[in-house]
Amino acid sequence: MTELPPKGKKKLGLVIDLDICVGCHACVTACKGWNTENYGVPLSDMDAYGAEPSGTFLNRVHAFEVQPATGPAQTIHFPKSCLHCEDAPCVTVCPTGASYKRAEDGIVLVNESACIGCGLCAWACPYGARELDQAAGVMKKCTLCVDRIYNENLPEVDRVPACVRTCPAGARHFGDLGDSESAVSQLVAERGGMDLMPELGTKPVNKYLPPRPKDRAPAKPLDPIIADMQTTGLAGWLDRLLEKF
Amino acid sequence: MHPAPSVIIFTVFSGLGLGFLAYLGLGVVHPTGLDAFLVFGLAYGFAVLGLLASTFHLGNPQRAFRAFTQWKTSWLSREAWSSVISLLLMAPVALIAIFLGVHSATFGFPAAFLALLTVFCTSMIYAQLKTVPRWNHWTTPALFLTFALTGGAILSGWASAAIALCVVLGVLLIASYALGDGRFAARGSTMETATGLGRIGKVRLFEPPHTGTNYLMREMIHIVGRKHSVKLRTISVIFAALLPALSLLLLPMNIGTIALALAFHLIGAFAARWLFFAEAEHVVGLYYGAR
Repeated sequence: MTELPPKGKKKLGLVIDLDICVGCHACVTACKGWNTENYGVPLSDMDAYGAEPSGTFLNRVHAFEVQPATGPAQTIHFPKSCLHCEDAPCVTVCPTGASYKRAEDGIVLVNESACIGCGLCAWACPYGARELDQAAGVMKKCTLCVDRIYNENLPEVDRVPACVRTCPAGARHFGDLGDSESAVSQLVAERGGMDLMPELGTKPVNKYLPPRPKDRAPAKPLDPIIADMQTTGLAGWLDRLLEKF
Repeated sequence: MHPAPSVIIFTVFSGLGLGFLAYLGLGVVHPTGLDAFLVFGLAYGFAVLGLLASTFHLGNPQRAFRAFTQWKTSWLSREAWSSVISLLLMAPVALIAIFLGVHSATFGFPAAFLALLTVFCTSMIYAQLKTVPRWNHWTTPALFLTFALTGGAILSGWASAAIALCVVLGVLLIASYALGDGRFAARGSTMETATGLGRIGKVRLFEPPHTGTNYLMREMIHIVGRKHSVKLRTISVIFAALLPALSLLLLPMNIGTIALALAFHLIGAFAARWLFFAEAEHVVGLYYGAR
């Protein structure tokens, strides 16, 4: 049923460290690889080798430039996938019951055999976390790799979402955000983990760790060269000579 | 939002058909015999054409029956129920008018109520979405219901009501355009809140996640349709409200006048509905540096 379940204690989700992400897109590839071969229909590509390729992805990495009031701009790589919201608007709008939030761990899933592909849940999501697969006509979204995290056929180290397992920089963390003692909850508390678009009241479970403040003024690599020009060598001589005219 | 033809046809024609059925259910017009057959046929035709069009944009229309299950939370599911019950309840009204030559208020009044409730449910599919601030407003159900009532009054040949409703519709359209323009800013979602990076400074898109397009961008970031916004707004008010009112006011009331007024009204309704989608901006655009 598309009624939201009673608030559970367990809230599985991701914590993404924007200070660490290098924007390599390995999580995008690992996600597409795992999820196209496992739970649900494959993540199709349309016109993959043609002029206008496009495809279904459950995770995409944007890059933003942030300009502070003073100092140089910063580039921040920004992976984005389903935030498994506590008040998930994508769940309640679903007319068929295909879209649901699990009571036991808070994962938001789509029952693909009940999905009519109306697209309303994708409209209701502020984060662009849902994409209608153009080959199968059903809604695809991050499953938090539900077929990995409880999978006892996998070695224990692999029982995390594919994106977390593959991240070479350690920018992605997986855990129970409902347990204040968990490693992810402590990370969020320590680093001031934040919600995306909190004004829309979706209460995302996934948190983003903001980039750490710069602890020193940015280097000015041209300064020594300019100083050198003013004092020594041919450039210094020319500088002094030209100053006279 | 992408102005998909199937969704525009669905909302315009189902609204018109259900609006007309509401007048027929209330007995405002009460044709009998063959006239009743043709008139109810026309109203059903519009309503069913519209409702069928709504299934064209589904990825898996063969499972559409599942849309009846979630009426507790989903406006789309409520619309499915309401539309089917109103069309079923209207059937005895039509049959009694055709074969017995009388108007059945017993079936007609509840059927009329449900016909309008269906239009309301349709409007709430859009009005409920916080992610599309322009839609997330009382003017959305008000417009959908006024469109249904105006189109229905024109088809019913009830000139005085149709003219009054045209005036209301014109004012509502202008109000919805004026109020709608400020809705996105009023919602307060910006690239800074979307990324949480506002605490550092001003955010702009440095690089999109991919060089091509994707489902989200095709579906929710529609810029081309907004280009002629001012012209289409003017066309929608003149054709949906002004010209039908003038035709009904100045021309003698006959079937030709009704057809003319309806043709004007539908042109305006399509322009208004196109804009309703094309001008609506989804907050997800913020992640793509667009709206």
